[in-house]
Amino acid sequence: MRSDPIRLLLNGRAVTVRDIAPATSLLTWLRTQQSLTGSKEGCAEGDCGACTVVVGELTGPERRLGLVTVNACIQFVPALDGKAVFTVEYLREQAEGLLHPVQQAMVDCHGSQCGFCTPGFVMSLWGLYHQPGRPNAPDRDTLLDALSGNLCRCTGYRPILDAAQRMFELPQLPLDHDAIREALLALDRDDSLDYRHPEGRFVAPRTLRELGQLKAAHPEATLLAGCTDIGLWVNKQFRRLETLIHVGRIDELLRMETVGDRLVIGAAVSLEQAYERLADAYPELRDLWKRFASVPIRNAGTLGGNIANGSPIGDSMPALIALGAEVVLSSVRGTRRLALEGFYLDYMKKDLAPDEFVAALEVPLASHGQVFRCYKVSKRHDSDISAVCGGFSLTLVRGVIRNARIAYGGMAATVRRAFHVEQALEGRPWDEDTLAFAMNELARDYTPLSDMRASAGYRSRVAANLLRRFHLETRPEAPLSEARTSVFAAANGALAG
Amino acid sequence: MNASNDLKPGVDTALPHESAALHVSGEATYVDDIPELAGTLHAALGLSSQAHARIDVIDLEAVRSAEGVVAVLLAEDIPGRNDCGPIIHDDPILASGEVFYVGQPVFVVIARSHDQARRAARKATIRYTPLPALLTAAEARSAGVFVLPPMRLTVGSPAQRIAHAPHRLSGAWSVGGQEHFYLEGQIAYAAPLEGGGIRLWSSTQHPSEMQLVVSHALGIEANRIVVEMRRMGGGFGGKESQSALISCVAAVAAARLGKPVKLRLDRDDDFMITGKRHDFDYLYEVGFDDEGRIHGARVEMTARAGFSADLSGPVATRAVCHFDNAYYLGDVDIQAFCARTHTQSNTAFRGFGGPQGAIAIEYILDSVARRLGLDPLEVRRRNFYGVGERNRTPYGQLVEDNLIHDLVARLERTSDYAARRAEIARWNGESPVLKRGIALTPVKFGISFNLTHLNQAGALVHVYTDGSVLVNHGGTEMGQGLHTKVCQVVARTLGVSPSRVRISATDTSKVANTSATAASTGADLNGKAAEAAALRIRERLADFARRRYGNTDVRFAEDRVMIGGTAVDFAALVAEAYTDRVQLWSEGFYATPGLHWDRDTLSGRPFHYFAYGAAVSEVVIDTLTGESRLLRADLLHDAGTSINPSIDIGQIEGGFIQGMGWLTMEELHWNADGRLTTHAPSTYKIPAVSDCPATFHVRLYDAPNGADTIFRSKAVGEPPLLLAFSVFFAIRDAIAAAAGGGLPPLRAPATPEAVLDALEALRQERTG
Repeated sequence: MRSDPIRLLLNGRAVTVRDIAPATSLLTWLRTQQSLTGSKEGCAEGDCGACTVVVGELTGPERRLGLVTVNACIQFVPALDGKAVFTVEYLREQAEGLLHPVQQAMVDCHGSQCGFCTPGFVMSLWGLYHQPGRPNAPDRDTLLDALSGNLCRCTGYRPILDAAQRMFELPQLPLDHDAIREALLALDRDDSLDYRHPEGRFVAPRTLRELGQLKAAHPEATLLAGCTDIGLWVNKQFRRLETLIHVGRIDELLRMETVGDRLVIGAAVSLEQAYERLADAYPELRDLWKRFASVPIRNAGTLGGNIANGSPIGDSMPALIALGAEVVLSSVRGTRRLALEGFYLDYMKKDLAPDEFVAALEVPLASHGQVFRCYKVSKRHDSDISAVCGGFSLTLVRGVIRNARIAYGGMAATVRRAFHVEQALEGRPWDEDTLAFAMNELARDYTPLSDMRASAGYRSRVAANLLRRFHLETRPEAPLSEARTSVFAAANGALAG
Repeated sequence: MNASNDLKPGVDTALPHESAALHVSGEATYVDDIPELAGTLHAALGLSSQAHARIDVIDLEAVRSAEGVVAVLLAEDIPGRNDCGPIIHDDPILASGEVFYVGQPVFVVIARSHDQARRAARKATIRYTPLPALLTAAEARSAGVFVLPPMRLTVGSPAQRIAHAPHRLSGAWSVGGQEHFYLEGQIAYAAPLEGGGIRLWSSTQHPSEMQLVVSHALGIEANRIVVEMRRMGGGFGGKESQSALISCVAAVAAARLGKPVKLRLDRDDDFMITGKRHDFDYLYEVGFDDEGRIHGARVEMTARAGFSADLSGPVATRAVCHFDNAYYLGDVDIQAFCARTHTQSNTAFRGFGGPQGAIAIEYILDSVARRLGLDPLEVRRRNFYGVGERNRTPYGQLVEDNLIHDLVARLERTSDYAARRAEIARWNGESPVLKRGIALTPVKFGISFNLTHLNQAGALVHVYTDGSVLVNHGGTEMGQGLHTKVCQVVARTLGVSPSRVRISATDTSKVANTSATAASTGADLNGKAAEAAALRIRERLADFARRRYGNTDVRFAEDRVMIGGTAVDFAALVAEAYTDRVQLWSEGFYATPGLHWDRDTLSGRPFHYFAYGAAVSEVVIDTLTGESRLLRADLLHDAGTSINPSIDIGQIEGGFIQGMGWLTMEELHWNADGRLTTHAPSTYKIPAVSDCPATFHVRLYDAPNGADTIFRSKAVGEPPLLLAFSVFFAIRDAIAAAAGGGLPPLRAPATPEAVLDALEALRQERTG
């Protein structure tokens, strides 16, 4: 049985791995086999950030070095083939035995109490500190975003935010990006990775054609993109995954381009990059982007994965369905295109053949007169799962509503369009009467469930109230700004300070 | 004359946490980071799927034959007593014959790896006969099922005073529980010692208790068990009694197999197995006058204790002793019930019932003010304890150190409370969707364990011949900075720099019979004990110096000893003293003076002193979704003369945000079968970074403790959690504003759903 070794850079040194099960998490490997116990396990599901590490990767045709934070607890080691992993232990090496400015700032500002979450915070800050092209003194929003995936139960965060500012005031310590890039280039492989182990196989094809053939030959195989959900299948459900096909190395799936009036996003593009581009086209998506998940999850997870997974509480779908997005499905048999809402048949059931995979998502660009909003409601602002998430789009043509597309998550077994609401809106003026009628119609579209996130009654009321918020913000007469309708916008804006 | 030191309080006061450099570099060792001994095995627990059931058959064949499994243990394999209850012995380590909650450990799998053990634990087939289950405090209360007899404290003539008061108000209310969510989950690592002993590394706030419960489980004497604890990744009360089950399982497995065994709970298992902060139901009735002064009050508090007593009795006692908070209640009837339910056994959590007791009177006063149309701050102020009068607590202790009037007045001024309140009212008038609210709430918190005998501590101080100092004491470090403060105490007492003083892991073979690091008393007790030890050494060194240098004026400061006009390096004097056969190590002991408590009458003088604080919070709520945001918080807190202001401010801020989490977003949800459905950070949300308000003013109320405490400081671990009441009542204020007045029936936590429910109920009440 031929098996390619996994080769990666660990804290600057090339490491070859041959003897681990393919679904071994990076965190377990670091702690038990590399004696690097600085990274901690707090939850094993990518929600607490105690295991945060930084991954360096060469991307694009120019093979530029990117540095991103990820949760080591839900990354499989083979997926890091050809990448650089930096753990908290690297920082003192980099600082030649002293504390790195990030660490010194945390000490100076009393940013640690029990210290268990601290290495994760340090790595999130280190990733920001060495981010190519970041501004010298990032603003508070940038800092909050960078730390959105790190939970601290002791400090209340204020001293850590202080440290995040202070680290830029200390004498600078550079990171030799070129040396890392050179070392990664030396690990570059042109062909696919085929890692085999008695417990399973991990294949990372390089072309769409190869992927199609693999999926046709192994329809039972698990397609792996960012590992932000599949990591939990292993850690929490103890599932055995015999064959993993990693889609993260296929250039065709990593592309984003504008084709005519559509934005085409490859299935393996990270959530972070996809949303950056989407929010460029639709600034109304900025809030959803930041609240979709923490930065490490957005760095690892992919938009294609979010869509292929098709959770009823997936946050991408309401907005994308409202925008009329289409999903592109591929197989050796060819390619087909589906309206995104048509892809979801029932709870976790999709219109997807065993040999097919999600290749791309196509999102129409904004049209004249179109108004669009997306609202997420959850118990916590950062990194929470929606109780209700709504996407709202309509076009006002001479004061009359056309092309209303409304979709909700959290309201049914799949993310679904609100057809009765849409009909209630279509062809009418965007006024109070139409709104009242449409809000009433919602009950005909959904019968939500009660669970630990919210009761059915709350979901129904809020779904209707979000329609009202959409009206308040987009009505022709005296529309309200976001700062007048969202507590988060209000807190960030005029009311802060 | 006596030896003294020249260091004044306040020196070295911003010293970083003694482990800060280790924390930030990932070098700080937690239990799971200790290099494993050869042959270490890993345990996992098999859990009950039933809330209440008889166990008919346990089929473990599939578990035993699973990959890597070495052994499976059941209750009958425990050589000693199958119990790990801290006070009342109703806490089985492993279920025997009957299960009492979903998540109760039934068996232990020991395997070669952590993953193998966890996978194998899922393979058991257990057949049950379901029995009736009581899931909520209300159900158990109606059924009259309690873990302890109800408590009642009555003073004056509350019924009469309520009946004759100009106004009356009564109602029901509830406050949810809270998961500790220490970032480091429960863990214990046990290794066999010669002669049948056990060395145990346990993430625990209470090493001595672990030593005892393990000795009982193994049926051997305590002197064969050594428990060591260097640091926890957070505790918050969750590792006071509830580390016992984990410790016992690891120790029993290690003893049975003769191999080192580690039990580290996965986060979901930790949520499912261990208890949380008690949720409380309240029934209250209050009589008051036009000014909002309370004439008489009555409250019945029912806590969900869970399936066993654990610490519910002391928690309920502290709730009873904090119902008064900062207010004089001359005629009051306080009842507390610990309802036995088929859920996790609830336990200590920062505040230990104090927050649940105090928030009830805050809710009542807030309601009184709203009923009368007064500013809630005015009503609160009118009910404050007096100075020299109206100062007897319901449990009989006098409030002799009352700071609340001045503290609140100062905060009211610095936070610009009045002007902001007016501005908010104006703003709300122009804002159709969003509404703002503001509240100022005070805190008075009693310091000491209610149970008098727990208020003792010991310490060991070693001065080595090179002048370096090693301290060991009975307290544990969970991030609160206890070790840093104790280092400072010893350094200051010996007149050396803190960098010369190191603390070693808490170890039951060094200081014996220690109390839990709990009730905020860590620095008070262990600081005093360490000071006593250091003072003895200093006296011996001073005696030696007088003899050696023939001068009676000896002072210790700045790493030197001044003997008359001669300055001798501290290390040099130590080396000389050694050759003169001076004992350079000492033990120290401390017992808090003047305490007494009568458990039967719920009266006495349980507290050495009170700690005070107050907070102003301002929030904005969304009347369409119920979402809320804390905009600004101003905190003023009394830490006495702070030993380390940076650490104290860290405790204040951290406690405040943790309390805010409890009261606004942390929601525990059990389904109809009694299964906790919020069992990981994906479903249970603690505050994250953007919940920290952009405007956050935190100050210390700098005044020496009137009581003789270590350097006149005050305990600061728990009291600040209560400052978060202000966030909850600011939300309530905003809801009232949105409805145009009235008493919002807002439950805690004030999740978006709870806020929207309260708003809609109030609107209906006001229009219908």
